[in-house]
Amino acid sequence: MAGIPHDHYEPKTGIEKWLHPRLPIVGLIYDTIMFPTPKNLNWMWIWGIVLAFTLVLQIVTGIVLVMHYTPHVDLAFASVEHIMRDVNGGHMIRYFHANGASLFFIAVYLHIFRGLYYGSYKAPREVTWIIGMLMYLIMMGTAFMGYVLPWGQMSFHGTAVITGLFGAIPFIGDSIQTWLLGASAVGQPALNRFFSLHYLLPFVLLGLTIVHIWAFHTTGNNNPTGVEVRRTSKEDAAKDTLPFWPYFVIKDLFALAIVLAVFMAIVGFMPNYLGHPDNYIPANALATPSHIVPEWYFLPFYAILRAFTADVWLVQLVNFVSFGIIDAKFFGVLAMFGAIAVMALAPWLDTSSVRSGRYRPMFKWWFALLAFDFLVLMWVGAMPTDGIYPYISLIAATYWFGYFLVLLPLLGVIEKPLPQPATIEDDFNAHYAPKAEATASAKPAE
Amino acid sequence: MFRKLTLTAATALALTTGQVMAAEVETEIEDFAFSFEGPFGSYDQMQLQRGLQIYTEICSACHGLEFVAFRTLHDEGGPELPEDQMRAYAEFYEVYDETIDDYRAATPADKFPAVTGASAPDLSLMAKSRAGFHGPMGSGINQLVKGMGGAEYIASILAGYHEAPECAPEDFDGYYNVAFAPGGYPEECLDDHGHRTVPGSWIGMAPPLWGDDVEFADGHSTELHHEAQDVAAFLMWTAEPKMMARKQAGLSGVVLLIMLSVLLYLTNKRLWAPHKHKD
Repeated sequence: MAGIPHDHYEPKTGIEKWLHPRLPIVGLIYDTIMFPTPKNLNWMWIWGIVLAFTLVLQIVTGIVLVMHYTPHVDLAFASVEHIMRDVNGGHMIRYFHANGASLFFIAVYLHIFRGLYYGSYKAPREVTWIIGMLMYLIMMGTAFMGYVLPWGQMSFHGTAVITGLFGAIPFIGDSIQTWLLGASAVGQPALNRFFSLHYLLPFVLLGLTIVHIWAFHTTGNNNPTGVEVRRTSKEDAAKDTLPFWPYFVIKDLFALAIVLAVFMAIVGFMPNYLGHPDNYIPANALATPSHIVPEWYFLPFYAILRAFTADVWLVQLVNFVSFGIIDAKFFGVLAMFGAIAVMALAPWLDTSSVRSGRYRPMFKWWFALLAFDFLVLMWVGAMPTDGIYPYISLIAATYWFGYFLVLLPLLGVIEKPLPQPATIEDDFNAHYAPKAEATASAKPAE
Repeated sequence: MFRKLTLTAATALALTTGQVMAAEVETEIEDFAFSFEGPFGSYDQMQLQRGLQIYTEICSACHGLEFVAFRTLHDEGGPELPEDQMRAYAEFYEVYDETIDDYRAATPADKFPAVTGASAPDLSLMAKSRAGFHGPMGSGINQLVKGMGGAEYIASILAGYHEAPECAPEDFDGYYNVAFAPGGYPEECLDDHGHRTVPGSWIGMAPPLWGDDVEFADGHSTELHHEAQDVAAFLMWTAEPKMMARKQAGLSGVVLLIMLSVLLYLTNKRLWAPHKHKD
């Protein structure tokens, strides 16, 4: 597919003319920054910038933290307290980093759900979507391993629980868990390797970010209508788009400043709100905390993990036909990873020819229910496993799978989509009619 | 075999965590009004000094503060002891020095000794490692409104010793405390459905404060409730010594970012105006 036609970089000054044939780096930056972007993008298209910023924030604060942190079971907790008490600005850097993880996940969930609603995953953007899902998985791994590093009670016992999930794999589970931990139990080898990977993976994310951007710069951005930018001529394309700089850079920076103001308030005024008090107790293998609950951003998938208990008939059936190899524990683990897998497969599960949820009257409601379902899962993931909660988990987890495996394929066949605008320009002008020029608003210039 | 057992236990734990929550223990945590609450709250220097006095005279007999250096008692945003007082205070403690393989008087650079005896936990981070408020229904709204409640938890424990309820046997181990959740609980105090009939549980620590345990130079009240609050405030400071600097940074950050967003809003509006046909 030819890209969206637009003006490309032309070297003008002497040095540019010299450099360009040797290393076209200025041209690469120019073409990236001036990329034609659909001019009807709404405020849900700001989370990419927030994510890029947060990744840089986490890497920068992380590098400083590493200068003062000691990955040793006897010293890690004390070294974090050293950062909090003795390092200049250390308490702010650590709170930025710890809460930065939450900012990261809020942004990534909004980014993902935006993609799910506006059909950003559909052809030709499947590769962007798949890379995004891969980044999301790496993010979760990185966040989990980072949480282990302070070596508090939650770090320690959370690690035992999460690596224990791999232990549920039949036959090879024990070996995998031992391989992951570098020992038969959580200890120094696990802390060392988690530290190593926690430093490495963000740079993998950085690399994947570039590929992610490269992919959608090849296909062009999706937009709220899901209608593609016209590629018939440069003039047509220009009617549908505006260059990324300055129009979207300024818009995104405005949104980023507001998001960061909220973030700053959380870091400044309630930095421990999203954490667990138990992690301020040094790790102790002999004393298990009364509630081992993952961080909030893992809760939806944790709820799915716990939803499929041994008394669910599907679990019993699978257990029976697999001759007991897939027991309830392993089923739960499969369900948890499966929940992310079905989301990654959305491009192939969604049969509708219409991209944006805006023009899909039935899909719209099922999507809203999915978003609600996600919040329910997040809440029930922190709840006990008795009383009514297992039923709520089971219903919510079933809907998650039902949405991707049944509704997405089915809706494309039975739903009658609404008419879509012919072009992005039409959609944009429907909101910002050119005739406004005539009515000459008497607004003074800001 | 043992390994296999622990692995199974770990996995089982993964699938059943929260069951303990089902037996959520009802406790009475009082919402004390501390000066350091809210975005603009700050430590009350005199209160921290009173708390330090209570810690020194009573708590330090069993509990340590292994992460707190004596020099920080002089730091801004803390008890702010004058430097000579802080130095004199440090000398009052003995610390083990590896280089001379002996005990010596502490210097400002040393940390409070970590007392390990009598299973008394270290208090450096106690105010952050406990939460007084939870819920409702796992929503976290209480903590959002009232704060995490670590200091409230400590003060409530210290003021929460009550006469043991009648249902409990005379010789039941520990001391009845209405704010303490994880302690022992006599079967006699369960109803027919196995639910607890009285709040709190039995704590191992004997009541450390009774009221009038210390004498304050400033003549401040030594009523049990006030003492508990003073020492809880001091322990909030030991857990979060940089709180005041943090809130100031947070406030400046929020104000600057709001100003920046106003400017960016206006820039953005003007930039887009011709394309939105608004100019």
